[in-house]
Amino acid sequence: MQNYFALFQLPQQFAVDLALLDRQYRQLQAEVHPDKFVSASPAERMQSMQMATLANEAYQTLKQPTARARYLLQLQGIETDEENNTAMPTDFLMAQMEWREAMDDAKLSKDVAALELLLSDMRQQAKALQHEIASEIVENPTQAAQTVRKLRFIDKVSEDVNQLIAQLED
Amino acid sequence: MALLQISEPGASPAPHQHKLAVGIDLGTTNSLVATVRSGMSTVLHDEHGHALLPSVVRYLDHDVVIGHEAQAAQSLDPVNTIVSVKRFMGRALHDITDRAHIPYHFVENDSSHGMLEIKTRAGLKSPVEISADILKTLKIRAEKALGGELTGAVITVPAYFDDAQRQATKDAARLAGLHVLRLLNEPTAAAVAYGLDNAAEGVYVIYDLGGGTFDISILRLSKGVFEVLATNGDSALGGDDFDHRIFCWVLDQVRRKTSEFKPLSEEDTRLLLTKARQAKEWLTDNHEANIVCKLSNGTLVDETLSVNQFVTLTEHLVNKTLSPTRKAMRDAGLSISDIKGVVLVGGATRMPHIRHAVQAFFEQEPLTNLDPDKVVALGAAIQANVLAGNRSDEDLLLLDVTPLSLGLETMGGLVEKVIPRNSTLPIARAQEFTTYKDGQTALAIHVVQGERELVSDCRSLARFELRGIPPMAAGAARIRVTFQVDADGLLSVTAREQTNGVEANMTVKPSYGLSEDQITTMLKDSFGAAESDKAARMLREAVVDAQRLIEAIEAALTEDGEHLLNSDENEKIRQHIAALKALCQGTDSHAINQASDALNHATEDFAARRMDASVQKALAGKNLDSLEL
Repeated sequence: MQNYFALFQLPQQFAVDLALLDRQYRQLQAEVHPDKFVSASPAERMQSMQMATLANEAYQTLKQPTARARYLLQLQGIETDEENNTAMPTDFLMAQMEWREAMDDAKLSKDVAALELLLSDMRQQAKALQHEIASEIVENPTQAAQTVRKLRFIDKVSEDVNQLIAQLED
Repeated sequence: MALLQISEPGASPAPHQHKLAVGIDLGTTNSLVATVRSGMSTVLHDEHGHALLPSVVRYLDHDVVIGHEAQAAQSLDPVNTIVSVKRFMGRALHDITDRAHIPYHFVENDSSHGMLEIKTRAGLKSPVEISADILKTLKIRAEKALGGELTGAVITVPAYFDDAQRQATKDAARLAGLHVLRLLNEPTAAAVAYGLDNAAEGVYVIYDLGGGTFDISILRLSKGVFEVLATNGDSALGGDDFDHRIFCWVLDQVRRKTSEFKPLSEEDTRLLLTKARQAKEWLTDNHEANIVCKLSNGTLVDETLSVNQFVTLTEHLVNKTLSPTRKAMRDAGLSISDIKGVVLVGGATRMPHIRHAVQAFFEQEPLTNLDPDKVVALGAAIQANVLAGNRSDEDLLLLDVTPLSLGLETMGGLVEKVIPRNSTLPIARAQEFTTYKDGQTALAIHVVQGERELVSDCRSLARFELRGIPPMAAGAARIRVTFQVDADGLLSVTAREQTNGVEANMTVKPSYGLSEDQITTMLKDSFGAAESDKAARMLREAVVDAQRLIEAIEAALTEDGEHLLNSDENEKIRQHIAALKALCQGTDSHAINQASDALNHATEDFAARRMDASVQKALAGKNLDSLEL
């Protein structure tokens, strides 16, 4: 299994230069994408599809902070286990409940602006957690795994809010 | 028919020979073929100077007529003259909700979920066969214009086409004898034509309202890379629906005036639909349109439709395009101010109220400097030219996405999403499943496509059974199901039992598609009934495929054979090539195919080494000095 950071020749750490990642990704796809192998043998077309698929997977993983943190922890042998481990500190659960309540209120009053506000609030929370992860991942991976789980929670609520906005706008 | 070109044994064709490649826009209303000549993408005309080929096919007793001639006959012979066949691609009868207004004799396919068929005087026709007749006409047009056999074609499809519709399009091309280089999404093709013409950089929106489909795509253009950020649409919304609104309005008016109004005959339906289309087109530049005609029962239709009435009648259709637009913007995570330009594609975007709606939504005037009817074919031709390996000044890379989420049915009729919409292609995802009962040895897998949570609200793509799971306690088996979507947006699914290594790899064809047997039968039918013809056709296909393979491997050996293979390995591959070349002189198509497989298999290691070298080369010379944290 190819290391995603090594694939793009990036240092294995949480902080990533996104512009450089973009450039490396495009440079790699320019060489390996199936469009470059249209008249090649089936064996080469298969190689190309697999490598282009890997490049896409690696790029998406490193681009998104939650996925990147999860991947870095996996490389250290730590599974974040988001599906099963849902124990959260009380203050975080309280914040969650408030978001859900705000969502229900906005749904009743069909208030898209309120939902947009909620999204930006959650984005800020996520940003703060990402800052924590950068140091935790080196100093306290177990703590970092917990922060990834929190981020996953926020991502989920954000997805639901986005879906609700799409519904209200229809 | 053009003759097959076979070079002398051992002599490969000139390495930089210009390959004849075309882009084909297989549209609901009109189809086009374009190619790059002297560096310019150009639409090819027929002998009467027409660029657009109406996508109309008329079946006669022993002949088939395609294009303008068929279009002229559609009111006379509505049952055997098929228009807008694209709307039926990959669709079952129950998918066609407005079939009461369509004058064809639809037939449900024998298999429970098969694609619908249409009964004509020439027999039952699948939408795939009808589309193939349109493609054949364009192929002949291109080969006449270019003076040789085509190497391959890029064929465009709506971005929002699902797997069944894409597979049907590819099958149609194969039936027409075209080598498909790539299925390309229409808005992406338009972006290529527009972006390269205007040296555009930044985020662009392509708003594509065709005859029967609507697509919205948001792309980031940067130095020859066209990256689709999000796409959305409605594969059953287009200019045809605007015609239908006028048609229904006329009927209402007539009913109001006539006390006893009998149901319309097929001829009258087609006549009124044609009148409705003409009125719509007239209203682009005029304030009102007169709709005058005499129905077969003697009723005289004489109505005047004003622009304002038309706008009111079709306002909901315009709004129907804005909902996918909002969703795509949201998926891309962009706001209106991020959009550098909006390109209009498709003949239906000529309607002024569409332009106004787009302008109001994006707060800027849309770009219309390329002919909205031709821009898709022009872009497809550029991509075909690059894919065929002709020299091209600009490096072009298209990174497209899958328009709809792919998932599996789980307990309770719910969908477990495996690949989310707007994932960059190609993509693969695996999901693990386990057994529900003790000793369970088979598992039913149901693949669906769509955004809804319930299986019943999504499109069913395929069902298959994984058998031969070793009997174990419930929950002990580990079955890994892998979805792979290739660069054409086509899905294949493989399943594998992990614990005991039982493998059940299979490629899944969509339930709404044609089976391999059906295609083979159609191919044979299209080539006459004589046994010798069939054999000749199979031999011809085998030889063409073998030569393509030999050419590819010889090129690879010339490039990398010296430094990636030792002399033994090199020699072994060359022996396979020699054996295949010898067989190509004979008449045993089966032996040729086997030898081709053997040659391909013998180069697998070489292919892997070449890919590693490509990866090294891609990032070679780049150091980390530029890293900013």
